Amino acid sequence: MRVNVIVNGEAMTADDVWEGESLLYALRERLGLPGAKNACEQGECGSCTVYLDGIPVCACLVAIGQAEGRSVVTVEGLADGESLDEVQRAFVECGAVQCGFCTPGLIVQAHSLIASTSGVPEDAEIREALAGNLCRCTGYEKILDAVRLAAARKAAL
Amino acid sequence: MKDFAYVSAPDVATAVRAITEPGAKFLGGGTNLVDLMRQNVERPDTVVDITRLPLDRVEELPDGRIRIGAMMRNSALAAHRLIRTRYPMLAQALLAGASGQLRNMATVGGNVLQRTRCPYFVDLAARCNKREPGSGCDAIGGFNRNAAIFGASESCVATHPSDMCVALAALDATIELESVRGVRRLPLVGFHALPGDAPQHETAIAADELITAIELPDLPVAARSRYRKVRDRASYAFALVSVAAALEVRDGVVTEARLALGGVASRPWRAHAAERALMGAPATEESFRRAADAELAGAVAQSQNAFKIELARRAVTATLRQLHLPGGAA
Ligand SMILES: Cc1cc2nc3c(=O)[nH]c(=O)nc-3n(C[C@H](O)[C@H](O)[C@H](O)COP(=O)(O)OP(=O)(O)OC[C@H]3O[C@@H](n4cnc5c(N)ncnc54)[C@H](O)[C@@H]3O)c2cc1C
Ligand code: SF4
Ligand code: FES
Ligand code: FES
Repeated sequence: MRVNVIVNGEAMTADDVWEGESLLYALRERLGLPGAKNACEQGECGSCTVYLDGIPVCACLVAIGQAEGRSVVTVEGLADGESLDEVQRAFVECGAVQCGFCTPGLIVQAHSLIASTSGVPEDAEIREALAGNLCRCTGYEKILDAVRLAAARKAAL
Repeated sequence: MKDFAYVSAPDVATAVRAITEPGAKFLGGGTNLVDLMRQNVERPDTVVDITRLPLDRVEELPDGRIRIGAMMRNSALAAHRLIRTRYPMLAQALLAGASGQLRNMATVGGNVLQRTRCPYFVDLAARCNKREPGSGCDAIGGFNRNAAIFGASESCVATHPSDMCVALAALDATIELESVRGVRRLPLVGFHALPGDAPQHETAIAADELITAIELPDLPVAARSRYRKVRDRASYAFALVSVAAALEVRDGVVTEARLALGGVASRPWRAHAAERALMGAPATEESFRRAADAELAGAVAQSQNAFKIELARRAVTATLRQLHLPGGAA
């Protein structure tokens, strides 16, 4: 089938798409956006997190037909050219990235948390919001630092 | 995953017509169905995508009941003002389930019909009467730490994993079903079947029926209610045992009680015996424990899950105690 999706603000079309493909597969293998990662393909790790119509979802469990006509924002869409988004910058500055496999999903999920809260969220709130994003390297502490830093900077704007 | 035809339904009439095709299945948020299709546990010939149906609102009906559209996403329902204020146990149960991303995807209808998390159900090399009737049950005598303690049979000991449904059972919710044959309403309590000798029959829904809505009664006692979930880690894990409870106490005496347990049976387990024991009893720790005992008297353990019986007893007692404390309600 043919699928039309608005990805990071740009209308994109893919042809000869198999019904059984996921949005994640289409983004990575057909649309040239390898940011969202494929780790578990079961909704368990969050490394495939993207915005679908403004709401973070696990792209690995979105059947491609469900994305037809919808708007997707991936980690690639958060930066403005070479200029990183506040959350991305905080991850770099806080050393919240080791192997980096979980990072794109965490950044999208953290971006959504910060966009929907005012001020710096409580630790419990950050932990709950990021519970669906698994990281095997960092032990999460630096990730929490990064989220607090990005939230504090946004609150100070 | 095998090949299938994909149909997106713009309205209910199209959806219920499309589902009459042999081998057709509805697709909600896909968090369970897509996963099971990928593992070849579900093998539909046609997938009818219902996420574009205009059934994604919460409405207050003139008589005070609440109508929840079946396509409403779990996170949106949990955040809804009417749900948070009038049925806090339901908002808490939704937020205790899965992760933020998954709650953003999961629909109310899909949550009701989600399949068990018994590990053998998704292991095609294992024997499983639910997946393959008559093949046997590897959970009996096998890995059954999270199996049922109520209503299990010699063919299946699996649990229904939903948190949301436990609150819906305590609240006496109604399920609205629609097909080309018409509309009918069923109580949620009893909608999910006990396994008996046919664990493949999981609910009272017919193959051609669409869940269109869930209705909640106007239930003042529910404003003082709570959902407590006990699991292996603080977040993002299925329940070992969970409790949905509402309590009304007047002059130190229980005048109304609603109680349901999760993680303990193939259905959300409405605790009628405990409710009866509570009615008219003094609102004390001892009454709460006695009510828990009354319910758990019927519990039967598998080889690895005896701990659930004591865990359930304590979880019930603690939830009631918490509700009764001043400021203890949600
Ligand atoms: C990693 C992970 C962790 C999870 N943790 C929890 C947890 O802690 N607690 C919990 O409660 N749940 C948990 N879940 C399960 C999750 O809540 C369910 O997968 C979800 O609610 C299913 O909803 P859906 O809309 O995605 O359903 P789908 O996957 O789209 O469908 C599920 C089933 O329902 C049918 N269906 C869907 N909608 C309708 C309808 N309106 N009418 C008729 N049939 C319909 C489908 O045909 C399919 O058989 C978890 C899931 C995952 C992947
Ligand atoms: S408990 Fe039920 S679902 Fe699990 S293996 Fe046995 S029959 Fe299958
Ligand atoms: S790859 Fe989607 S949640 Fe793990
Ligand atoms: S940095 Fe390696 S998984 Fe998170």
